[in-house]
Amino acid sequence: MTVDTASPGQRIPVPPHRDTLARRGSISLSRHPRLRLTLMLSAPLLWLGLIYIVALAALLITALWTVDSFTGTITRSWTLDNIITVVTGSLYQTVTVRTVGVALLVTLIDILVALPIAFFMAKVASPRWQRILVIAVLMPLWASYLVKAYAWRSVLSQNGIFEWLVAPFGGETPGYGLPATVITLAYLWLPYVILPVYAGLERVPDSLLEASGDLGGKTWATLRLVVLPMIWPAIIAGSIFSFSLSLGDYITVNIVGGANQMLGNLVYTNVGAANNLPLAAAIALIPIVIIFGYLAVVRRTGALENL
Amino acid sequence: MSADRPAIRLTGLTKSFGGAANAVDGIDLDIAEGEFFSMLGPSGSGKTTVLRLIAGFEQPTAGTVSLLGEDVTDRAPFDRDVNTVFQDYALFPHMSVLDNVAYGLRVRGVSRRERHAQARQALETVRLGGFGDRKPGQLSGGQRQRVALARATVVRPKVLLLDEPLGALDLKLREQMQVELKELQRELGITFIFVTHDQEEALTLSDRIAVFNEGRIEQLGTPAEIYDRPLSPFVAAFVGTSNIFPDALSRAVLGRGGMHALRPEKVTVGRADAVPSTQRTAPGTLAEVIYVGSTSRLIVDLDAGMRIIALEQNDAHRVTEDERGSRVSVGWQDSDIVALEKATADTTDPATDPATDTATDSAPKLTTDTAR
Repeated sequence: MTVDTASPGQRIPVPPHRDTLARRGSISLSRHPRLRLTLMLSAPLLWLGLIYIVALAALLITALWTVDSFTGTITRSWTLDNIITVVTGSLYQTVTVRTVGVALLVTLIDILVALPIAFFMAKVASPRWQRILVIAVLMPLWASYLVKAYAWRSVLSQNGIFEWLVAPFGGETPGYGLPATVITLAYLWLPYVILPVYAGLERVPDSLLEASGDLGGKTWATLRLVVLPMIWPAIIAGSIFSFSLSLGDYITVNIVGGANQMLGNLVYTNVGAANNLPLAAAIALIPIVIIFGYLAVVRRTGALENL
Repeated sequence: MSADRPAIRLTGLTKSFGGAANAVDGIDLDIAEGEFFSMLGPSGSGKTTVLRLIAGFEQPTAGTVSLLGEDVTDRAPFDRDVNTVFQDYALFPHMSVLDNVAYGLRVRGVSRRERHAQARQALETVRLGGFGDRKPGQLSGGQRQRVALARATVVRPKVLLLDEPLGALDLKLREQMQVELKELQRELGITFIFVTHDQEEALTLSDRIAVFNEGRIEQLGTPAEIYDRPLSPFVAAFVGTSNIFPDALSRAVLGRGGMHALRPEKVTVGRADAVPSTQRTAPGTLAEVIYVGSTSRLIVDLDAGMRIIALEQNDAHRVTEDERGSRVSVGWQDSDIVALEKATADTTDPATDPATDTATDSAPKLTTDTAR
């Protein structure tokens, strides 16, 4: 019986599978999960493994070489001199302490500012306002980093907006220096802290807040005993962003930091002006070691298991 | 128990969420001390909102909430002597079971040793003695339910609010928890206010039931009153199953004016030629036979132009599926007919209005009928 037109009640035949190359390929892929995995992961692994990890390893190795002071070329003889210089030199110690101090302060400020904003976004605002606020938080990320840093330079300048705002109350601008650096960095990294904290708060069901109040917990007890422990991993995630980004920054401090230097500046001058790549590499190891230390401390709190 | 100092008194309680109709529309209600009180209604009927107004999670648009004679309308939830068992249990996932139960004591400043001792005792009463060190995520649904009960009762509230606490449990567990709830209430002697959409649960557990519909109380009474003497078509159809006779069919079939209801278990179905055993009979055609274990549900199209449901015990003479289409005689006693004096509010959505359907089986989750 041939079927040309489908009359009611008559089924249109389903065409059989055609034996194409693509079909054979799909079949063999579905039978070989390992091959499937290899094909899927080879590109990202190549990127991560070869370019990222190898580059880091190269850095470590470069730190163990020296520069010929006459020719300026790199001598590939093994030495710990650079690392010893970086660890014992008082300049490097001072700058390291300063950089870590700035990074910690920026992180602390960001967390304190992000918590109420994120709480408002996740638990108070209507869905419409929630969307508007998420966009508002993301918006600064669309603007160039440099533009924002220069904007702060202008805000904090003598006779700038900041001075104009606080002058009636007898205040004055902090000028260019470490406070300006902290303020600017805190502004720059704020979205990176708000977003994970907001996502963390979104995952706390409203009924838990109600349950706490219902059982007699006032606002502060609810925050301390229920909300903070539950969003702790999110706060840690945000702090890793603001801490590590602050640790490596060298542009903001150049623009609003006055004469102060951070670790990034030392790396930059050694790569450029001083032409001492091995020393720069040794300095660059400091923030890496600090970040590893930070992650180790964080890991002990158990926050990473819940990320 | 004194009438002038009820555990909960609601006066003119109204809540609007800005929509056209009020979610809760002028509720006046007294709930006595030590009572097991159920608020029964379909979703969106306002029962949960009333519960949240009593707990203090919502502020009423108008009206007051009094707790043991004291106006608590403007008090925060943490300032009211009522506690809630949440539908999703709302256990703190980062705390151990023991810390969850001890939470209410902790925020009241009770010492660690004392609050842990009391929490352990509370866990014993819900038969979870050895589970204190676990996290809520490691417990089953029924166990979490019990932790939520222990947590809400360890602070000795005057009134315990339960928001569909058994909704997430499977049938066997639900039946078991119903018994435990009843026992716990007797043991603690405090007022339970229980919100549910499951009519069987409400009938089983309660001293009194308020049937909610569209933000109002449709009927208030004991389970027997609600089931045997429903006042409106809504109650007759929502609590159990009812055959509802609108005025015209009432005159034609029952021989009396006004709207009436007849429970399926009061209806007998006999073969057309059999001698009737009941006062009244009406001829019809057997349309469907549905086997439900201990009983069969028989659906008969009456010649008068109405479909009627009968519930028959499955004994040796049971009507089988083969008899579909045969002529039958439907019988009932006059005393089993209930007059529905109170018409359901005219705002009733026609889709849910039982009066527009000749026989109604529309109430949710009515897989079994509660024979009383």
